[in-house]
Amino acid sequence: MAEETTNQGIPRPEGNADLIQTDYEIGQDNIQTKVGPFGLDIHNPVFVISGLVIIAFVAYALAAPTQAAEFFGWLRPALTSTFDWFFLWSANIFVLFCLVLIVSPYGSVRLGGTDARPDYGYTGWFAMLFAAGMGIGLMFFGVLEPVYHMAISEPLGVPSPIAEDGSIIEANVDAARRMGLAATSYHWALHPWAIYAVVALALALFSYNKGLPLTIRSAFYPIFGERVWGWTGHIIDTLAVFATLFGLATSLGFGAQQANAGLEHIYGLPNNTTVQVILIIAITGVALISVLRGLDGGVKVLSEINMVIALLLLLFVLFAAGVGGILSDFVAGLGAYLREVVPLSNPHGRDDTGYMQGWTAFYWAWWISWSPFVGMFIARVSRGRTVREFVTCVLIIPSLVCLLWMAVFGGAAIDQVLTDPAGSAVKAQVIDSYNPPLSLFAMLEGLPLSSITSTIGIILVIVFFVTSSDSGSLVIDTITAGGKVDAPVPQRVFWCTFEGLVAIALLIGGGLGALQAMVISTGLPFTVILLMICFAIFKGLMNEKRG
Amino acid sequence: MFKKIMMPVDLAHQGDLKKALACAADLASHYGAEIVYVGVTAAAPSATAHNPEEFDAKLKEFAAGQGREHGVTASSKTVLCHDPTTDVDDAIVKAAKDTGADLVVMASHVPNVLDIVWPSNGGRVAEHVDCTVMVVRS
Repeated sequence: MAEETTNQGIPRPEGNADLIQTDYEIGQDNIQTKVGPFGLDIHNPVFVISGLVIIAFVAYALAAPTQAAEFFGWLRPALTSTFDWFFLWSANIFVLFCLVLIVSPYGSVRLGGTDARPDYGYTGWFAMLFAAGMGIGLMFFGVLEPVYHMAISEPLGVPSPIAEDGSIIEANVDAARRMGLAATSYHWALHPWAIYAVVALALALFSYNKGLPLTIRSAFYPIFGERVWGWTGHIIDTLAVFATLFGLATSLGFGAQQANAGLEHIYGLPNNTTVQVILIIAITGVALISVLRGLDGGVKVLSEINMVIALLLLLFVLFAAGVGGILSDFVAGLGAYLREVVPLSNPHGRDDTGYMQGWTAFYWAWWISWSPFVGMFIARVSRGRTVREFVTCVLIIPSLVCLLWMAVFGGAAIDQVLTDPAGSAVKAQVIDSYNPPLSLFAMLEGLPLSSITSTIGIILVIVFFVTSSDSGSLVIDTITAGGKVDAPVPQRVFWCTFEGLVAIALLIGGGLGALQAMVISTGLPFTVILLMICFAIFKGLMNEKRG
Repeated sequence: MFKKIMMPVDLAHQGDLKKALACAADLASHYGAEIVYVGVTAAAPSATAHNPEEFDAKLKEFAAGQGREHGVTASSKTVLCHDPTTDVDDAIVKAAKDTGADLVVMASHVPNVLDIVWPSNGGRVAEHVDCTVMVVRS
C-alpha cells in the first residue's frame, strides 16, 4: 500500500505529522470533464446534488411563498425556544474547550507539521478572519443591539432607563448602560469565535496534519472512519454547501435591502426591487473579480481594504463622540461583560426569555449554521500556526475588537439616546419604531459630517458583503470539488454567479425570510455535529508531535 | 544555445504532458542542457500529495525518473502558493527567474473561447519572463 511510484499514491508517514492512513485518494470520486469550453473537476455526487437541491428549494420558496414563510417562520422560533438550554450549554462547552486547548500541552502542536511556517502574516490573516466571520454583522448590529438591550430587552432583569412616556429614569441609567454593552458583547465576543475556532481547528488539523482533503467530512474521520468517503460524507458536505450558499444568498438579499434603505435615507434613491437587484449584481460582479484574482490578489486585498475603512470609521466615531466617554464605556462594558458572562450563559431559572431565546439562542443557531463556511475559510488561511496561537488569535483578539467596536458604536448611540431622547434619531429608529437597517445611519446623523460618514458606511456594508461572497464561493468551490483547492476557474465563477442569481430570484419572488429561517434551523443539527467535532479534535491531537 | 531548461509539470495530469516531456528531454540532450521540473502546489492536501513535503519528494522522484529515462541531468523545484487555481502563472514566472532558466518548455491545452477572458498559462508566462518560451500543443 505504501509504494511511492509516480503519483496518487498513499504516502509514507512524514515523521513530523501523524498522517491518517486511508485508501481514499483525493479526487477519486471527481468527474473531470468539459462543458463547451469550460473544464470542470467536480465531486460526484456532491456538486450535482447540492446544485439540484438548491434549485428545488428556490422553486419551492417561489411557488409556495406563503406556505414556506409560515412553516419556516414557525420552525425557527420553535427551535430556539425549545432548545435554548441546549444552544447555550453547547456554546459554553465550545468556549471552555478552546480555553482548555490554550493552556493544555496540545497547544504546542503546529498545524501543518512541526516544521510548517505560517502562510500569512498577522495583518492579512486577521483581516480575512474578520471580514469573512462577522464584518457585516458589526455594521448591522453595532448600534442596534446595545441600544435595544439597554432600553427594551432587559437582560437578566436589569430595568430600562426609558419610561413609558419617553422620559429618562436616572436611577436606572448606569446599570442599564453597562448591561446594554455587556449583553451585546456576550453575543459577539468569546462564544461565536469559539464556535468558529472549533470548526476551523478540526478542518485544519485533519487536512494539514492528517492529510485528508480540505472538506467538512474530513473532520468526521475519527468518528465515522472510512464511511466519511461514502454517503455519510456526501450528506455532510452537501449540508455544508447548502447552509453556506443559502446563508450567503439570503444575507445578500437582505444586505441589498439594507444598502437600499441607507441610500434612500441619505440620497433619496427609490427603495424598490430594481435598485436592489442592481446592488446584488454589482456586489456579485465585484466578488467575481475577487475570486478570479484568487485568494491573495482578491480576497486578501479586499479584506485589508475593508479593515482600513472600518478602522477609519471606528476612529472617527471614537473622536467625534468623545474619546473619554467612549473609553470609559469600553472599560465599563468589558468589566460588565466579565462579570455578567457567567449569569448570561446560564440558561436555567431566567425570566428574560425575550432576550435569552429571541436573541442569544437565535445568535448561537446563526453562528453555528455559518460555522462550516467561516470555519473552512479560517482553516484555509491558518496553516503553520500552533494550536495555541491559533485558538488565542481566533478567540481572544477578535473578541477584544468586537468589544471595542460595540463600545464605540453602541456607546455613542446610547449617549445620543440618553442626552437628548426627544431629538435622537437612534431612539426614533430603534426604540420608538423598530427599523434595524437604519440604526447605524441614525447614529451617524447625530455626529458631524454625517453625509460623508453615512456614505462610507454604505460602502463598508457593500464591501463586507463582497468579502463574504468571495470567500464563501471559494469554500463552496472547494467542498464541491471534493476538497481540491486547485479546481478550474469556471467552477468558482459558477458558484459566485449562482449565489447572486438565487438572491435575485428570492428577492423578486419572495422567500428570503423563509430560507434564512431554514438556514438558521440547520444550526440545531450542526450543534450536535460540533460537539462530536470537539471529541474528534482531542482524539486527533493526542497522536500529534508537540513543539 | 540553451543551458538550463525549466518545465512546469502537473503530476496529477501526467498523461497530458507526454509530448512536452519528450520535447524538453530531446532539447536537453541536443544542447547538453539540464532540466528543472517545477511543480506548483497549495499547502492543502491534493490528489498528488497529502502535504508539501510529500509533494516535493514525489517531484524529486519524478525528475530523477525522467533524468534516467532520457539520460539528461534533471532536478526539481517545488513552489508553494496559496491559491494554485489563480496563482499558477505568477508562480511559474517567479520560478523561471529563480532557477535562471533560459528556456521554458510547457504543455498547452487546445485554445478555446475562454482564452479571450481568461488567458492561457503559456501566454501569460511568455508575456512575463525574459527567456524563450516553447508551448507544446498536446
